[in-house]
Amino acid sequence: MTTILASISSKDLRRFGKPLVFSLMLLPAVWLTWNWWLAFGYQPNGLGFNPQETSNRFTGDWTLRFLLLSLAVTPFSKLIGSSKPLLFRRMIGLFAFFYVSLHIASYVWLDMLFDWVELWADVLKRIYITVGFTAFLLLVPLAVTSTGGWVKRLGAKRWQRLHKLVYAIGILGVIHFIMMRKGFQIEPLIYAGILAALLAFRVQKHLQKKRRVST
Amino acid sequence: MLIKRSERWQESENSVTSETIYLNRRRLLAGAAVAGAAALAPSVFAQRDRVLKPLAARSTAFDPGESPTPEAAITQYNNYYEFGTGKDDPAENAWRLKPAPWSVKVDGLVDKPATYALEDLVDFNALEDRIYRLRCVEAWSMIVPWVGIPLASVLKKIEPQSGAKYVAFETLADRKQMPGLRWPVLDWPYTEGLRLDEAMNDLAFLAVGLYGKELPNQNGAPLRLVVPWKYGFKSIKSIVRISLTDTQPATSWNISAPREYGFYSNVNPMVNHPRWSQRRERRIGEFGRRETAMFNGYGDLVADMYAGMDLSKNY
Repeated sequence: MTTILASISSKDLRRFGKPLVFSLMLLPAVWLTWNWWLAFGYQPNGLGFNPQETSNRFTGDWTLRFLLLSLAVTPFSKLIGSSKPLLFRRMIGLFAFFYVSLHIASYVWLDMLFDWVELWADVLKRIYITVGFTAFLLLVPLAVTSTGGWVKRLGAKRWQRLHKLVYAIGILGVIHFIMMRKGFQIEPLIYAGILAALLAFRVQKHLQKKRRVST
Repeated sequence: MLIKRSERWQESENSVTSETIYLNRRRLLAGAAVAGAAALAPSVFAQRDRVLKPLAARSTAFDPGESPTPEAAITQYNNYYEFGTGKDDPAENAWRLKPAPWSVKVDGLVDKPATYALEDLVDFNALEDRIYRLRCVEAWSMIVPWVGIPLASVLKKIEPQSGAKYVAFETLADRKQMPGLRWPVLDWPYTEGLRLDEAMNDLAFLAVGLYGKELPNQNGAPLRLVVPWKYGFKSIKSIVRISLTDTQPATSWNISAPREYGFYSNVNPMVNHPRWSQRRERRIGEFGRRETAMFNGYGDLVADMYAGMDLSKNY
């Protein structure tokens, strides 16, 4: 992996690597859109017997996957000693935002059919939806300030501090997932384990830095 | 009374090739090698392609007059956590279950305690069709054509003693047949219970069949409870034990999350599940949601049993 990355220049990664990764990360959304298209045309499709449930879960799963992937970029680049993976971090983060937007569209439109009274009650009364919705709201400023212009406007330090919110978002997202399952289920705990490992990496780095400063 | 009128193009029921014979023909055509291997395989192994025998049953008045949910949906969209937590896991994994021979242990406050063979407990000559609404606690619903007998007929056979107040049920819990038991999703074995008067109600039903045939494994073969005025999880599957008790039995989902699943768990649009609203439901096959009815629309038959009870407390 390291040697492959080393052999490709940053320029080529920007020119070819990015469009490739972009297309790959778009695939789940393409699959979903295609299958809803079939469903609306009363054609056989891959959404199963409860399409709304499938679609809510599918978009939620991919949001969490891209969120965890974006959190894995920095540890991965430190691990292989190359900053090249960082070229993809913003794109992955924005894809997490894209899929959470689909997640909400799926719930609000396809599942609840814009029943605002019921939806508002859900957000306020159902803790797991409150938690999930909070995570989404926190992700909005990160998506908005993801451009180079906003880094300049805020200053690198403040921008970085703001984007530390992603840790809270990751935690809220995984809690949302654990809470919506019935009984004691293994799948959400796998996500929780990966998130814990990624956060532990940050804590360890932070402690190392502190130690270095104090000596 | 339901009068069936036949159109000229309709074949009589007995001229239809039975599924057993039909499938056997297909198997012969599929090649002698496969058929030979199937014959040689020891019968202790569950068969992947279990042939569901047709069941003769008379029709009864229990019919909501709505068209049943397609068989494919009823047999492929299931909650049966012993075979996995995904909706398609049971259809995928339940072939491991061996539904015959089957016996049910009957104990507790009864005059006829014993381990009954399924055929001794259920009179297969007295089967009836019942088309019931099924409302899952997850806010989806189906219309299911069951085949079976009233629960009361079995209770009469085992003779509850005068002190008996509740009926407790238990599902098979065998790791060899049920891969889902590897995970502690619930406190296995799965248990459920009813008050004795609920169990004696006309609606309370023991199903051995679905769509005119034996129950598929993923639907709770060979014997399951059906209590249509309660959320689906009360209708316990693959029953291996029936006990009469004088105290309220512990039930699996209530143990797992007492705030979310009460002992009664009657369908009630006014009492929300803490995590989602119960006001509406998605009928499988429909796009939007419809209003959920109190007691799943069976209020005239069951509401009396809960007179004077605060149903928001006894959820």
